[in-house]
Amino acid sequence: MLDIPLWKRVVIWGLVALGLMLALPNLFYERVEAHNDAVQAIEQQGATPERLTAAESWPDWMPSGLVNLGLDLRGGAHLLAEVHLEDVYADRLDGFWPEVRDALRDEREVVGTIRRQPSPGSELRVQISRAEGMPRALEVVRDLARPIVSLTGVGGSDIAVAGQGDELVVTLSEDEQRATDERTLRQSLEIIRRRVDEVGTREPTIQRQGDDRILIQVPGIGSAEELKNLIGTTARLTFHPVVGRTGDPDAPVEGRNVVHPSMDEPGTYYILEPSPVVSGEELVDAQPSFDQNGRPAVSFRFNPQGARRFGDYTAENIGSPFAIVLDEEVISAPVIQSHIPGGSGIITGQFTVEESTQLAVLLRAGALPAEMTFLEERTIGPELGQDSIDAGRIAALVALGAVLLFMALSYGLFGIIADVALLLNIALIFGVLSAIGATLTLPGIAGIVLTIGMAVDANVLVFERIREEMKSARGPARAIQLGYERALSAIIDANLTTFLIAAILFILGSGPVRGFAVTLAIGLITSVFTAVYVTRVIIVMWFERRRPRTLEV
Amino acid sequence: MRLRLVPNETRIDFFRYAKVTFGGSLIAMLLSLVLWLTMGLNFGIDFRGGTTIRTESTQAVDVGVYRSALQPLNLGDVTITEVFDPTFGDERNVAMVRIQAQEDQESVSAQTISDVEAALQTVDPSITFPSVESVGPKVSGELIRTAFIAVGAAMILILIYIWLRFEWQFSVGAVAALFHDVIVTIGVFSLLQIRFDLATIAALLTIIGYSINDTVVIFDRVRENLRKYKKMPLRDLLNLSTNETLSRTVMTSGTTLLALLPLLIFGGDVIRGFVFAIFWGVIIGTYSTVYVAKNIVLMLGVKRDWSKPDANQGNQFANVDA
Repeated sequence: MLDIPLWKRVVIWGLVALGLMLALPNLFYERVEAHNDAVQAIEQQGATPERLTAAESWPDWMPSGLVNLGLDLRGGAHLLAEVHLEDVYADRLDGFWPEVRDALRDEREVVGTIRRQPSPGSELRVQISRAEGMPRALEVVRDLARPIVSLTGVGGSDIAVAGQGDELVVTLSEDEQRATDERTLRQSLEIIRRRVDEVGTREPTIQRQGDDRILIQVPGIGSAEELKNLIGTTARLTFHPVVGRTGDPDAPVEGRNVVHPSMDEPGTYYILEPSPVVSGEELVDAQPSFDQNGRPAVSFRFNPQGARRFGDYTAENIGSPFAIVLDEEVISAPVIQSHIPGGSGIITGQFTVEESTQLAVLLRAGALPAEMTFLEERTIGPELGQDSIDAGRIAALVALGAVLLFMALSYGLFGIIADVALLLNIALIFGVLSAIGATLTLPGIAGIVLTIGMAVDANVLVFERIREEMKSARGPARAIQLGYERALSAIIDANLTTFLIAAILFILGSGPVRGFAVTLAIGLITSVFTAVYVTRVIIVMWFERRRPRTLEV
Repeated sequence: MRLRLVPNETRIDFFRYAKVTFGGSLIAMLLSLVLWLTMGLNFGIDFRGGTTIRTESTQAVDVGVYRSALQPLNLGDVTITEVFDPTFGDERNVAMVRIQAQEDQESVSAQTISDVEAALQTVDPSITFPSVESVGPKVSGELIRTAFIAVGAAMILILIYIWLRFEWQFSVGAVAALFHDVIVTIGVFSLLQIRFDLATIAALLTIIGYSINDTVVIFDRVRENLRKYKKMPLRDLLNLSTNETLSRTVMTSGTTLLALLPLLIFGGDVIRGFVFAIFWGVIIGTYSTVYVAKNIVLMLGVKRDWSKPDANQGNQFANVDA
């Protein structure tokens, strides 16, 4: 009656062994971490004797997955950034303006003279002097639209054109806006990732959240401030022809010329032509270096097209100044001394060595397509994290000891069997956490402690049931079997409802709360497994050997 | 000699003082609501935006000195509280400085934070800042909304689940008990002015999870007994089921509290609020299982002709057992 088929026993013990194997590396956390780092370094940068020793400190055939420690345990910085997706619309429409202008000029007889009107970035407004020519103007501009392919509709076009009195309003179509948003966010993610990777920290988390947000978590970095400097800068580098110099930020300018402040000389502003000669997109390399006076600088190299344009421009404009602009600030505005043919140059300014190094990193990684604001930032010092780990460890050990003792006192031999299951359960939780690469947070530790308390619940249910069944005196074997069978429905119901809660926490929660949900959910699954299956196998094995006449539950 | 928290056989009438217990629960809920509305909750920055800076120093914390150091910065509402913990000792003096969300800023500027740090460093050179957290008003608004959705969604899902697995009366009883637990816990947080943040919401959900776990086990037994004793009055049947499972209820609450207690004492101040909420929730959850959920089931009554199709076959389970 109590028979458990051999294959079931093998599966149960096999799963336990697998869980223990997976959990094992966490006992040697530092050694395995060094091993993993070394293996990665060897793959990327080649082997050195130290790396080989570190790699050999943990056998290759052993699992080497570790439970990641969350920011609140390891220390580091957390940022939630919102990307200003609309910024890009303005750029797109600006780029569209010359085309619209040229197309309408060809129709001058019908539409009259045209003039671009000031407008918010999300639209392009063009005034035509003959309002009656509007139908023709609309037709001409609509012809410029390009079809786009999107998930929602094939055959939509990228712009929407409308007439308001004598003004023509061009906006990006909704499909195009969606497509642009998507592209902007992906680019931002990619560039942030590149910048964070350049600094080389371990296991950064960079993920998209919602439609316009990016979550960045970097363990081990000193502060959120440092991280913000690294990823918060747009780093759009452009080279503009200089029109003039002024002390007035609101100086009147001709046409669409722009006024940008100087980075080094406060109170000085440069009037620049709006379209750059070359931009940072055409850089192929940027390195920190020093100028001939030994001051920190950044040297750069253009790709062939950029080099040609830069060469042509310098050849034609010897003697006139040109401005190197970073994020709407003029770094410097040197006078062109000679033709610069090779496509490489050097940016000087009043940099410190750190600043020039960082600027080089930013330029190499590329410019962000849009600006970002930070909605949330958190810095956790590594000491605080270590304190939390220590506190959590002590608390967990004391809690474990207390529960083990309590169970043994309450249920005797069966209690000890439940204790074995509890210990296996904790090992399995770590095994699963390591295998799926989950992150352990401080609330996660609380989740494990809570699981320690609740995991025995299933056993309590079973044992209490066995006690009850013993009263109906059908013999111990029968009581054990019925105890397990009848308690199962309550166990399943109870754990499924809690599992629902964990799922909600996971879906709606963020950061540490999510970590808690994960450990709670894993704890539920492993505890049902150990408390129902593992204890049953142990009890049956014990029963087969002893064949007791009564049970001391 | 075995440890027994509950005697082997109990015949407690859980409805004997129903007026006191159920009425008490109602009063506690009302009081909690009044507290919530009058005293409000001590929202952390997760929910109202702003910045908290944790300071640590070898010198004793003097809140007055800190406050006057920050006065010239004009930061609006600044709260400074000293943090005590048995594990700190004399050499570690910790305080939390909370700065309200600044007007028209998404997140407190880096400038403000470094100004605050510099100002505190002038009054206490040994001060360090182990953690700095800043949440913008936009996100905090969303976090509140998500938190409410989470708690609401949890209750609705459980309502549906219990309804599917049991009868609607059970489902109403279970969710009423959960509602009771959540409201009373919020009342305690309001009364003691413990910081209420995202972790507290997680704790509330855990309480819901724990309490429902407890309730379901008793309901499961009630369902079984309903099939077994077809003629027994509902009141006696509920009492019988509770008595039969009482040992388990007390054991499980006991082990869980036993596990949480060390965490409450040694777990450090960072998660103390969180652990406290869960600890309290286990107690109130156990109480509500015994004294709230069942009363509602009793009030609503239960359909008794469960196994009508095989009524002439007698007890379903009798066949299985034979």
